[in-house]
Amino acid sequence: MKMNLLCLILLFLMLLSSVWAVMTRTLLKAAIGLALASAVLTVLMFLLGAPMAAVFELSVCAGLITVVFVSTISLTKPISEKAEEEREREHLKFSWILPLILLAIGLALKFVPFAFDFNLPPAALNNDFRSVLWNTRLLDILGQITIILAGVFGVIILFKEKKENER
Amino acid sequence: MPSLLVIIPLIGILILNLPLGKIMRKAAFWLALILTIGQASLVAFAGRGFWADFSGPLAKYFPVSLAASDDLSLVVLLAIGLVSLAALLVGRGLIADEDECFVFINLLLLAMTGMNGIAMVSDLFSLYVFLEITAVSSFILIALRRDRDGLEGAFKYLVLSAVATVLMLSAIAILFLVGGHTSFVTVRTALSGAPNSMIIDVALCLFIAGLLIKGGLVPFHGWLPDAYSSAPAPASILLAGIITKTTGVYTLMRLVKDVFPPNSDMNNILMLAGTVSILVGALAALEQKDFKRMLAYSSISQVGYIILGFGTGTELGFAGAVFHLFNHAIFKSQLFVNAAAVEEQTGSRDMDAMGGLAARMPVTGFTSAVACLSTAGIPPLAGFWSKLIIILALWKAGDYTYAVIAILASVITLAYFLSLQRRVFFGKLARGFEQLREARWSLLIPAILLTLITIGIGVFFPFFVNTIILPIRSIL
Repeated sequence: MKMNLLCLILLFLMLLSSVWAVMTRTLLKAAIGLALASAVLTVLMFLLGAPMAAVFELSVCAGLITVVFVSTISLTKPISEKAEEEREREHLKFSWILPLILLAIGLALKFVPFAFDFNLPPAALNNDFRSVLWNTRLLDILGQITIILAGVFGVIILFKEKKENER
Repeated sequence: MPSLLVIIPLIGILILNLPLGKIMRKAAFWLALILTIGQASLVAFAGRGFWADFSGPLAKYFPVSLAASDDLSLVVLLAIGLVSLAALLVGRGLIADEDECFVFINLLLLAMTGMNGIAMVSDLFSLYVFLEITAVSSFILIALRRDRDGLEGAFKYLVLSAVATVLMLSAIAILFLVGGHTSFVTVRTALSGAPNSMIIDVALCLFIAGLLIKGGLVPFHGWLPDAYSSAPAPASILLAGIITKTTGVYTLMRLVKDVFPPNSDMNNILMLAGTVSILVGALAALEQKDFKRMLAYSSISQVGYIILGFGTGTELGFAGAVFHLFNHAIFKSQLFVNAAAVEEQTGSRDMDAMGGLAARMPVTGFTSAVACLSTAGIPPLAGFWSKLIIILALWKAGDYTYAVIAILASVITLAYFLSLQRRVFFGKLARGFEQLREARWSLLIPAILLTLITIGIGVFFPFFVNTIILPIRSIL
């Protein structure tokens, strides 16, 4: 019972920080909101008994992704601080309704019969995490490295200053 | 052994980006040329033993192995090789700046890595990873010129692709829960033995919705016209010719055939989505003025044919769908190569401002006419045979309405393509175009090659039936 209440509080905190990340006015605060949401998710995963997933979540999402976001934001220059806030205010004028829609969907889903009506196979907790990551899933790690490579490539290409003047 | 198709482009990119100076710029083109031609010839000439070979020096490093297990993967790999070759040649010809060309070739190799992986993978999560590789490289390809239209098209594709990814990942999570492991075989046995549960149905719906977004089918086609028309020419060829088909259509076919349990509701949904795509694509293409936008809507329509044929669930329908997938990769890339040639020579894509270009650009005009007729399903070109097989499959399965709609939509296809040909190539030479010349050789070679393939497959089809179509039937 106590565990359930704690999970509910954490879920609510995660929802709150995610909504704040979407609705706040500057991009930098949005990136911080994302980091906050993933930190709460880390605690949740840890409580649910998945410590390795929690570690990955914290280091990748709250760490690496926030760093990438903040560096990308620093590479782009807004028109001016005041104009950026004006534009955001324009965009967010009617979006106060979005959290309400979210709550309505949540309430509606409470009445849909989503029951776990099949037997789950036993969780393979005996599998050593290291062997799963580095042996069974080696191809996926190669794929992930390729995606990061592609992403870095993209950032370099899309943000390269035109060097025509210097030629 | 087949995993080399994924490893070699990757190592190629790593080597090309070493700071060894200007020689890498030239080496990039030749490496990519060798890879694409090599891939196409391997599929055409290497035996079955090569492709099903799960052992080899890399096997001990990659237990989740990559191999082309059946003809569906082989057809897709062949299409990837051919379309990448066309895009490479066009890119080399059209992009003047050497550095930008180098960047383009790198992205092309990345996209090839991703698509080859998708075609050869046998595990749900690895499929997702390779889908992401292809998606990321295609976002950057669309936005390569950093102009406003390109960025807008790339952004629309990015947002919808992210939605598709979220849907697919949630579905993979639920299927992992059901199966305990993510490989195709495990999930298939788990799903066929699982009780009729609402959560599993929701997972299957989410997956199919995600794949329909990736494939650009109605009602998820919103990103397609902007992405196709505002991308730079070589990126459009790659995107329209093979990326959408591999990430959306091939993945859908592979999963519905190999992983999901046979379900008549799913087949009905696919047939309905296919038919609506055919009609919406064809009717919207009728009123377009922009060359590439019309081709984009035509793509939506033709992918609808593929899904319609696949949705029948019969062997004949499946064979027709796979054949049409290959044919569409060929003639759609052909049309985009022609669009690139016309855009480069005339400087715009507005069809109303053009006219009579065939007098100055005879090769482009002829190849474009062949591709248009093939799309519309005129004998003896390749498109006729694949559409005929699909319509026959529909008729034999008893779906008379769908068959009639498919035939009528062929007439609409012929109508808008004839209108395209008349406006752009036939008639009197429009004012201001007297200085036009034929496109350069690097745009003509892929056009001629793809046209030869279209005509060859169409005319020699009776000889191909035994070697290509019948073995595809034996998969189901």
